[in-house]
Amino acid sequence: GILHGHEKLPELQSGNCSVLNCRIILEINMASGQQWVLVEMVQAFYEAPAYHLILEGILILWIIRLLFSKTYKLHETYKLTEKEKEDLIEEWQPEPLAPPVSKDHLHLNYDLVTGPPSHKIILNGKECINFASFNFLGLLDHERVKEKALASLKKYGVGTCGPRGFYGTFDVHLELESRLAKFMKAEEAIIYSYGFATIASAIPAYSKRGDIIFVDEAACFSIQKGLQASRSFIKYFKHNDMDDLERLLKEQELEDQKNPRKARVIRKFIVVEGLYINTADICPLPELVNLKYKYKVRIFLEESMSFGVLGEHGRGVTEHYGVNIDDIDLISANMENAVASVGGFCCGRSFVIDHQRLSGQGYCFSASLPPMLAAAAIEALNIMEEDPDIFTVLREKCKHVYKALQGTTGLKLVGEPFAPALHLQLERSSGSRDSDMQLLRTIVDYCLERHVALTLARYLEKEERFLPPPSIRVVVTIKQEKEDIQRAVSCIKEAASVILK
Amino acid sequence: MPQRYFLEKHDWSHEKPFAESFEETPLLVAVLTYMGYGILTIFGYLRDFLRHWNIEKCQVAREREEQKDFVPLYQDFENFYTRNLYMRIRDNWNRPICSVPGAKMDLVERVSHDYNWTFEHTGKVVKEVINMGSYNYLGFAENVGACADAAIESTKKYGVGVGSTRCELGNLDIHEEMEQLVARFLGVESSMAFGMGFATNSMNIPALTGKGCLILSDELNHASLVLGARLSASTIRVFKHNNMQSLEKLLRDAIVHGQPRTHRPWKKILIVVEGIYSMEGSIVRLPEVIALKKRYKAYLYLDEAHSIGALGPNGRGVVDYFGLDPKDVDIMMGTFTKSFGAAGGYIGGKKELIDYLRNHSHSALYATSMSPPVAQQIITSMKIIMGEDGTTLGADRLRQLSENTTYFRRKLREMGFIIYGNDDSPVVPMMLYMPAKIGAFGREMLKRNIGTVVVGFPATPIIESRARFCISAAHTREMLNTVNIYHILQYSLKILLFLLMWEQTNF
Repeated sequence: GILHGHEKLPELQSGNCSVLNCRIILEINMASGQQWVLVEMVQAFYEAPAYHLILEGILILWIIRLLFSKTYKLHETYKLTEKEKEDLIEEWQPEPLAPPVSKDHLHLNYDLVTGPPSHKIILNGKECINFASFNFLGLLDHERVKEKALASLKKYGVGTCGPRGFYGTFDVHLELESRLAKFMKAEEAIIYSYGFATIASAIPAYSKRGDIIFVDEAACFSIQKGLQASRSFIKYFKHNDMDDLERLLKEQELEDQKNPRKARVIRKFIVVEGLYINTADICPLPELVNLKYKYKVRIFLEESMSFGVLGEHGRGVTEHYGVNIDDIDLISANMENAVASVGGFCCGRSFVIDHQRLSGQGYCFSASLPPMLAAAAIEALNIMEEDPDIFTVLREKCKHVYKALQGTTGLKLVGEPFAPALHLQLERSSGSRDSDMQLLRTIVDYCLERHVALTLARYLEKEERFLPPPSIRVVVTIKQEKEDIQRAVSCIKEAASVILK
Repeated sequence: MPQRYFLEKHDWSHEKPFAESFEETPLLVAVLTYMGYGILTIFGYLRDFLRHWNIEKCQVAREREEQKDFVPLYQDFENFYTRNLYMRIRDNWNRPICSVPGAKMDLVERVSHDYNWTFEHTGKVVKEVINMGSYNYLGFAENVGACADAAIESTKKYGVGVGSTRCELGNLDIHEEMEQLVARFLGVESSMAFGMGFATNSMNIPALTGKGCLILSDELNHASLVLGARLSASTIRVFKHNNMQSLEKLLRDAIVHGQPRTHRPWKKILIVVEGIYSMEGSIVRLPEVIALKKRYKAYLYLDEAHSIGALGPNGRGVVDYFGLDPKDVDIMMGTFTKSFGAAGGYIGGKKELIDYLRNHSHSALYATSMSPPVAQQIITSMKIIMGEDGTTLGADRLRQLSENTTYFRRKLREMGFIIYGNDDSPVVPMMLYMPAKIGAFGREMLKRNIGTVVVGFPATPIIESRARFCISAAHTREMLNTVNIYHILQYSLKILLFLLMWEQTNF
């Protein structure tokens, strides 16, 4: 063997057996430890068969190649040439920006109102009694409201030229906010310049991705847009069905118990309306408050249709049921119905409302409400506070209309007796929504001929989550006298019997 | 990069000169600004600690006793910035005014005895404050004159509210008159108006695009455009601010590769840009955007909230400024709040588009229509701008605005301030950078009877806080000179900087 090492071995006697000498040398090698392992390897190398060596050599070379070759990416297997890209760009055809609307589309043309939309309205050239504008307290053409708006116009001009943060806050806005808070007996109120944007900005300000919102199925479109903007988990419960809501809440409670750490940071909300615009009935607020404390969820109440209508002083559904307003976390309403102005407001405790001043999108990033509209709203509040009897009168008229419209052939009246905006739906649907709408439109046109202004309730058919059935909207206002109601009711009954026989 | 992109092949040298500048933040200033925020954050944590242990009186509003075991409505950290940084300089925003927001205004005087947690109105009025904050570009915020008279007549005739939606009983004759006038003003076939500018974007973009469409939106687009794009459920891709190479790359990649993962072709591609960006003062590079849009068959949505009435020789906006054809822009959107002294927004375009929107826009079906006196103000002011009222008032105001803009920008540049944006834009952002300067600048200018707007995080990047001036045609040379002289004080603010920061962090 080959000797490596630093030990000098005794000279081999020529007369000794070479094999024996080798063995002695090997044993000396092995006893000396690891330094001699290479010797063994080289020994094995010489002793191995040829094919084994060749195979191992090929394997080593293959490993080295794999180590140094580029990583293999799946989508780079197709790399388009420039010409192919140009061809794709040439070939691509977009859809038209707006799909063409057919000429005989039912709602292509709006009904034209000439002059003010007041109790006697000139619709498509005919003077009619107004049974379709949400003018519940008749304040749309009230002289005092107009005068105050004029005074404000003469002082401030029309527009505010800025958002609330940048010199768009007028003393009128601050006054309106404090008056609304005082009226509703809440701590603070915040006003928006657009009714639709009120609840649609309020919901995403509090509820973020990961939070859970329980909503009634009949919630209006602005609530749906607010829910969509919030990116939270939305759970719908059947309309006004407290058992269904409790079932959902119980399921959520079980989920929370499985994961208590996550449950401590997930906020839960219930969003309901006081009087629903789509079904004209009222939400069961006392049961909701019970559920709130039992399952620890917050309540957001949308009162656009019930503000200025329900309750002894017009404070809405909380006064109607005698619920403490502090139990509701946020009340939102628009000022475009009973208050006969433009815009909306939210009220509640300062702890809740103040947050919207920095995170309500429709508040921070939009110009503020024109001061003359705010002044009109303040005057409307003055009138509401001075004369609380108007709410009782309104509710009496609603009950009267409700009773009078019972028994119309082919049409059923949907809503509560004290709701001012009722729906007349077809008792038997013809099967297709378009033909139903056509029938109802014919009834509306018939009434228009006889000087009664009604309207079809309109929805975005493809966008609504739970599309309500087609209906005619009948609105009761305080300005309608007995004769007007009599005429309208007989007109509707006549139309129904003629068209729907 | 090889010259295969469309933009590089086109020669832009003969087009209108485009003078925009966004100077880089100087390094020393950036370092000092970060240091300032660092000190404020440390003090913020310290004060939160003291408030928690009741050593310092806590004025933050609290949850109800009965609801203490509910999940907290706000995370403590979300409000850290509000509690500790915003509150200290809160008196610079939400300043109430009690007069017309014209060139000079009257502010309600308010004081705070507890470091801005609550404000009290003293009952006095600060009179004749020069208004550099309201968006009053053509000076139509006035309570006398033709516009006010017409609005008064309209209020007497129509009242203030409408009480119904556009598609039910809220379509008044005054709305139709206004929409025809707007279409004529813009040079498009047809237009539609809405009651709120913010809602115009957030309710109409979802009606135009949906799933399977692509929205290419500028980095610095307004919150309403971002919200509209999100609500539409389309895919959104963002390109660098006013950077046409970035936009072209996105367009090419989108068409060539199609939708993510399925590679199906996109149904529509919508490019969303603004005319003037209000935080930067920059003007969109419209000729290049239109060239790109035509080449790649995309649709263009132009939001002219600030530029309508304020740019262009005839006041018709950024399309007029560049001398382009309004029919090239598919959707021209704008607001009436800024140059017309009213409220609301509009969308103009081809007749098919507007007819489609009349039946599918969320606003037309669910939101109350515009108030009649506001519509009348729009009609009167637009007629004045177009010169149809028989006077030269409109042309005078347009000229005055562009003169004021050029003068103001030139003077500020000469004084050595860092001004962002295009030389022709009436929105002038002046950089402040340091957090203490935001509060100091706003307060010092108010002491000298000048009302300015200061903006910080989160509306701008954290080290780029700025003061923003909005030039108006109603400003006179004297007013602008007054504002300029007091800018010299900005230099002395650098010396006062450390003293002020000490005051800020004071107990």
